[in-house]
Amino acid sequence: MKVKSTNYKIRRCLLYVVLLLLTAAMLVPFAWMLSASLKLDKDVFIFPIRWIPQHPRWQNYLDIWTKIPLLTFVTNTMKITLIVTTLQLLTSSFAAYAFAKLKFRYKDTLFMAYIATIAVPWQVYMVPQFMMMRNFGLNDSHLAIIFLQAFSAFGVFMMRQFYQGIPDELCEAARIDGMSEYQIYAKIMLPLSKPALSTLTIFTFVNTWNDFLGPLIYLKTEAKKTLQLGLKMFISQYSSEYGLIMAASVLSLIPVLIVFLSLQKHFVEGVAATGVKG
Amino acid sequence: MAKTITESQKQEKITALQKEREAFSLKLRDAVGTRKRDSLIAKIEKIDEQIKKERTGERFTRQEKRNLIAYSFIAPNFIGFALFTLGPIIFAFVLAFMKWDGNSPMEFAGLKNFIDMFSNDRFRASFVNTIVYCLATVPLTLVSALGLAIVLNQKVKGKNFFRTVGFFPYVASLVAVAAVWNMLFSPMKSGPVNMLLYNLGVHAKSLPKWSADPNWVMFTIVLFSVWKNMGYYMVIYLAGLQGINGELYEAAGLDGCNAWQKFRYITWPQLQPTTFFVTIILTINCFKVYDIVYMLAGGSNGIVSSQAMVLVYHIYEEAFRNWNLGYASAVAMVLFLMVLVITLVQFRGEKKYAN
Repeated sequence: MKVKSTNYKIRRCLLYVVLLLLTAAMLVPFAWMLSASLKLDKDVFIFPIRWIPQHPRWQNYLDIWTKIPLLTFVTNTMKITLIVTTLQLLTSSFAAYAFAKLKFRYKDTLFMAYIATIAVPWQVYMVPQFMMMRNFGLNDSHLAIIFLQAFSAFGVFMMRQFYQGIPDELCEAARIDGMSEYQIYAKIMLPLSKPALSTLTIFTFVNTWNDFLGPLIYLKTEAKKTLQLGLKMFISQYSSEYGLIMAASVLSLIPVLIVFLSLQKHFVEGVAATGVKG
Repeated sequence: MAKTITESQKQEKITALQKEREAFSLKLRDAVGTRKRDSLIAKIEKIDEQIKKERTGERFTRQEKRNLIAYSFIAPNFIGFALFTLGPIIFAFVLAFMKWDGNSPMEFAGLKNFIDMFSNDRFRASFVNTIVYCLATVPLTLVSALGLAIVLNQKVKGKNFFRTVGFFPYVASLVAVAAVWNMLFSPMKSGPVNMLLYNLGVHAKSLPKWSADPNWVMFTIVLFSVWKNMGYYMVIYLAGLQGINGELYEAAGLDGCNAWQKFRYITWPQLQPTTFFVTIILTINCFKVYDIVYMLAGGSNGIVSSQAMVLVYHIYEEAFRNWNLGYASAVAMVLFLMVLVITLVQFRGEKKYAN
C-alpha cells in the first residue's frame, strides 16, 4: 500500500511539472512582451533576459500615443466593434426566432441559403464582395467593415440551435394569452437566451476586434484604420523601436483580455457546445 | 381597406371558390388512402381560408399574416446577408470565368483562368505550401490539444486558471502576438530563442534564421500556429473527455490496466467523434490561413516569398495588387473545392457517428 502511495505522489508531482512547463510555454511570449514594453530599445535583447526591468520605462506607454494616432485607431475599432456586435445580436436573434418557432412559407429554402453559405469561407468571395462594396461607394469606409461582419450566417445558426432547445409549449401558452410574436420574442425568448447571447457577443467582439484582412482590403486612409491595421503599420515603419511596439501590443490586448476574462465561462461553453454538436 | 368591390362581385368570387372546393373534395373521395390525400386536404384548407378572406373583406388570410410576421423577423438579417454574402458568393462563381480588371467591362474568358493557374509558378507554390502547412499543423495541433486536455482533465488544483491560460493565445490579437513572436524568433544571433540555442551549444553559424530563412520559414509558421490555436481545440477535447463514462475507467482499473492501456482502449476510441470533428475544423482553418503568414513572413512591405505563400495570399495579391479579378476568383474556386471536399467528408462522418 505504501509503495503505491509514493508512486502516486511521484505521478502527481510529474503532472504538476508538466502543467507548469506548458503554462510557461503559453505565457512566456506575453511575459516577454510586458517586460520588453518597459525597456529601452537597446536593452530589449540583452541576454540573459532580465524579466523585471531595473528602471521600468513607463514613458513608452505615453510616447506611443503621440508617435502614431493610436487614439484614432482605438476609437475607430471601438466604434466598429460595438456597432457590429449590436447589429449581429439583434438581427440574428430576431431571424433565429422565426426559424426556430414560426411556421411560414419558404422557411426551409431560406434556411438552406444560410446553411449553404456557412461552408463557404469568406476568403472565397472576398474579391467580388469588395467589388460590390466599391460599386455601392463603400470602399475605404467603416460601413463596409460593419456590413461584412454584421450579418453572419453563423449567428443565426447558433441562436436557432439554442431557441430550438426552448420548449414550444412556452410560446403556445403565451400566444393563447394573447401575446403577439414580437412580445413573445422580447419578453420570453430574449431573457431565456442570455447564455447564447453572451457566447455570440464574445465571439463577435473578439473576431471584429482582431480582424485584420477585412480592414486591410477596405481601409486605405490612415485616419480610418483600425487598431490592428495601425499596429501593423507602426511595426513596419518603426521596426527597431522594440519597446514602443511592445507597449502598443500590450495596449491592444487589454480590451480583449477584459472581455475574455469577464465572459470566459460562456466562451468555453460556446466552443464546447459548437464542438460537440458539430 | 380601400377595396371597392360590390356585394355581387364578392358573392361571385365566393361561389367560384366553393365550386373549386367541391371539385377537390370529390377528388379526395376517390383518393382515400393514397398519397395524394394530404396535398388535396391542404389545397382545400387553403381555399377555405380564401373564402373566409373574401367574406370578411380582410386583406390577408391568417396564414398570409403569419408569413408576413415571420418575414418581418427575418428581413433585417436576411437583407444584409443576401446583399453582402449570398450575392458575392454567386458573383464569385461567375467571376471565375471572366476576365476583369475592375474598371473596363468584363469579358468572358471561359476556362482560361483555370488554365493560366496551372502554369503559374506562384499558384503551384501556394498550393503546395498550403498542403504542407496543413499536413504539419493538423497532427501537431491535434496531439498538443489532446495532450493538454488530458492533463487538464486530471484532478488538479487551479484547473480553470490553466484552462484560461491555454485559451488566451487563441483570443489574443494576432498582430500583437506575431510581433512578440518575431522578436523572440529574431533571425539575429541576439534573438532570445537563438541566444538560448547558442547557450545550449548550437554553433553560432548554424543558428536558424527562422522566418528569414527559406528552409525554416514554414517551420516557424507551423510552430506559431500550433501555439496560437491549440487552446481552442483543447477546450473541445475537454468537453469530449467529460462525456466519457467514468465507470469504464473504474472497470479497466479493476482489470489491472495501466495508464497507457486506459488511453489506448478507452479514451482514444471514445474520443473518436471529437477527433474527427477537430480534424475537420482544423483542416478547413488551415486551408484558410492567411494572416499568420502575412505577419510572420510578410516583411515590412507585406510581400511573401514563394517559400511561404499560401492560397489565400495568392488570391489577395492577384486581386488587390495585380487586379486580375477573374483569375483571383478562379483560385478562390480551388480553395472552395478543397473546403467542399472536407465538408462532404464531414457530412458522411456525422451520419456515421450519429448512430
